[in-house]
Formats: sequence, structure tokens, C-alpha cells
Amino acid sequence: MISLTSPVRTAAHGWPAGGKLLALCLATTGLFLVHNLVFQGAAFALCLTIYALPGRLFFVAGFSRLRMLWPFLALIFVWHVVTGTPGQGAVIALRMISAVALANLVTMTTTLGQMIAVVRWLAAPLRRFGISTRPLEIAIAMVVRFTPVLAQKGQALGQSWRARSPRRPGWKIIMPFTLLAIDDAEHVADALRARGGAIDVEPGTKNQ
Amino acid sequence: MERNLVFIALFAALIAALGLIPQVMLPFGVPITAQSLGVMLCGTVLGARRGGLAVLLFVGLVALGLPLLSGGRGGLGVFASPTAGFVIGFPVAAFVTGWITENWRSAPVGLAAGVAALLGGVVVLYAFGIVGLSVVLGKTLGESALLVTAFLPGDSIKAAIAGMLTMALARARPASVLSRV
Repeated sequence: MISLTSPVRTAAHGWPAGGKLLALCLATTGLFLVHNLVFQGAAFALCLTIYALPGRLFFVAGFSRLRMLWPFLALIFVWHVVTGTPGQGAVIALRMISAVALANLVTMTTTLGQMIAVVRWLAAPLRRFGISTRPLEIAIAMVVRFTPVLAQKGQALGQSWRARSPRRPGWKIIMPFTLLAIDDAEHVADALRARGGAIDVEPGTKNQ
Repeated sequence: MERNLVFIALFAALIAALGLIPQVMLPFGVPITAQSLGVMLCGTVLGARRGGLAVLLFVGLVALGLPLLSGGRGGLGVFASPTAGFVIGFPVAAFVTGWITENWRSAPVGLAAGVAALLGGVVVLYAFGIVGLSVVLGKTLGESALLVTAFLPGDSIKAAIAGMLTMALARARPASVLSRV
């Protein structure tokens, strides 16, 4: 499964993920605390600059990820023009774009492995109490492995439907789809148990 | 324990897969995205704890940067966008849906699941979504509530569908509807 990390390597790809996440929290908090139009404009300009630094490909990819915001931008525009508060509307719009852009920046410069390492680090206190975090890691691996498999089976179901009906697939297709997931789950659970289970249960060994 | 773990993981994968298939048609020719239906099903089929964990796993993986939301969306940007409230509310909605399905034993599974999906997957989820909208868009809760009313009929029908699907699943694989086992 392809993650959303950008293949264009930037300096930020090498920075520690925990630090980037912390910086993102602080930046987003700052954005939502300051209601000044000049501040928001400057923050947005800074975002544009950061995105432009690694090159055109990165910039285009990054800003195409913001496309999902356009209905909300249209809404804000109409709302604030009609109520006669364009300044406030501009602050809200810029803040929204900057916050999403900065968050996406962290996602684009951090690999899935680095993020999982952060999760492991956050879960370290649990391990100190003897609770194994291995089930969580197995669960993540299983979701990543099985999402494309289930999606493919879902498409096959759609094709079966279309072979039997002139209409597009209806909601009833979700029933066999769910059955596929359940049947796969039973088999995988047996396979997991056959390979020693989710946690190493040998007596005398300490959980990692 | 392994069975619980694998069910949680595979239902999380199911929600992701439901986001990848094209939109599903409702009876009146209205297209709906099946993903929030998947969230409701996690609650009605797996119950409160496992369903909540499945959806929490899904949302966690979206945060880690996987494009699992419908439309290939994912990453931390989702949690700064106006729909952040809905995404954060997904696990809670599944938990509430599961809790009602598990505990309302006097009703047939289809009815319990349908009502649970409505209360959890619509009422509770929209509460979270409206708060998220009002924070990001800078509007009052009332104004944000007004913005989402257009989606209520479609989602209410989705809840009824979730009930019917759960009823069908209980007939086909009774041992797998973990909320009523």
C-alpha cells in the first residue's frame, strides 16, 4: 500500500518525526490563537515558500492535496461576502489552508516506518507495565496487507453484479463484501494461532 | 485473543476498502459513499469495544499517513481540515453503535442495529462533526449544524441499511456477529 510520503527527498525527510509532530502542534495552535489578517497572510506565504523550496514537483503535489478544501473555501467566501465580513472570512480561509498545508507537509516528509516508530515510543510506558505492544504492530501490518486484497475482492463483486444487471451496484453488495472480510478474518486468525499467536507466550521470556 | 485482533484489523481494512470502491447507489438513484456505513457496521457487528478499536485503528492509520479515507485522502492534513470532527468522531460513533446493539437484547438484531447505527453513526457522529466544523470554519455550533442538515437524510437511510445488513449477516454467519454472541 502506498503511503502519502513524497518521493521527492527534502531536508525534512531526515528530521526526527517526533520533532516535526511537536512543531506541527505548536504551529497549528499558534495559527488558531492569532486572529490577525497580517499574521495569517504571512503564515500562508511561509507555507508557500516551504512548499516551493524542494522544487516544482513537490509544490504541485502538495497543493493538489489541498483541492479537497475548495467547497469549504467557496462556502466561506459566499458566507462572508453575504454577511459583509470579508476580513474575518480571509482570516478563516488562510488559517484553514495553512493548517492543512503544514499538517500535510509533515505527512509528506515522514515515512510510515518513522511514524510507527513514534507510536512505539509513545506506547513505551505500556511495555514497562508488561503489556505487549506486539498486537498493535501486527494489527497495523494486517490492515496494510489486507486493504488492497479486500478492495480487489470488492471490485470483483462489482463486476459480478454488472455481469448480472444493467444497473450500477446497489447497497446490497456490501453484504457479500462484509462476508468476505469475516471469512478472511477467521482463516487469518487460525493462521496466526498456528504461528504462535499474537504475543510470544513462552514462559520465562520477557516481552519486548 | 487472536480472533479478536484479526477481526479488528480486518474490519479496519474493510472500512478502508469501502472507501476505495466507487460510490454505491441507493434505491432512489442517490449515490452514497460506503465508508461511514462501514463505521456503523463495525459497531453493529463487532460490538462496542472491538468495533471502537477497529475504527480507532483505521483513524490512527489515516493519521500515520495512509490514504485510507474515501477519495484517497489521508495524513495529518485531514485532522486540520473542516471534516476533522467527523473523522475523530468515527471511533466514538462505532463504540456507541456497538454498545446499543450489544445491550438492547429484547429487540431483534436488525432493529437494534438500525437504531444503534442511527444514534451512534448519525447523532453522535454529527455532534463531533459539528463541533469540528465550527472550530475550523469559525462559525457557531448552530450555523455549523445548519450546514450539515443536507446530509442527514442520506445518512439516516445508511443507518437503516446498516440494520438490514447486520440482520442478513446474523443469518449468514451468526457466530461472527460478535455483538450478539
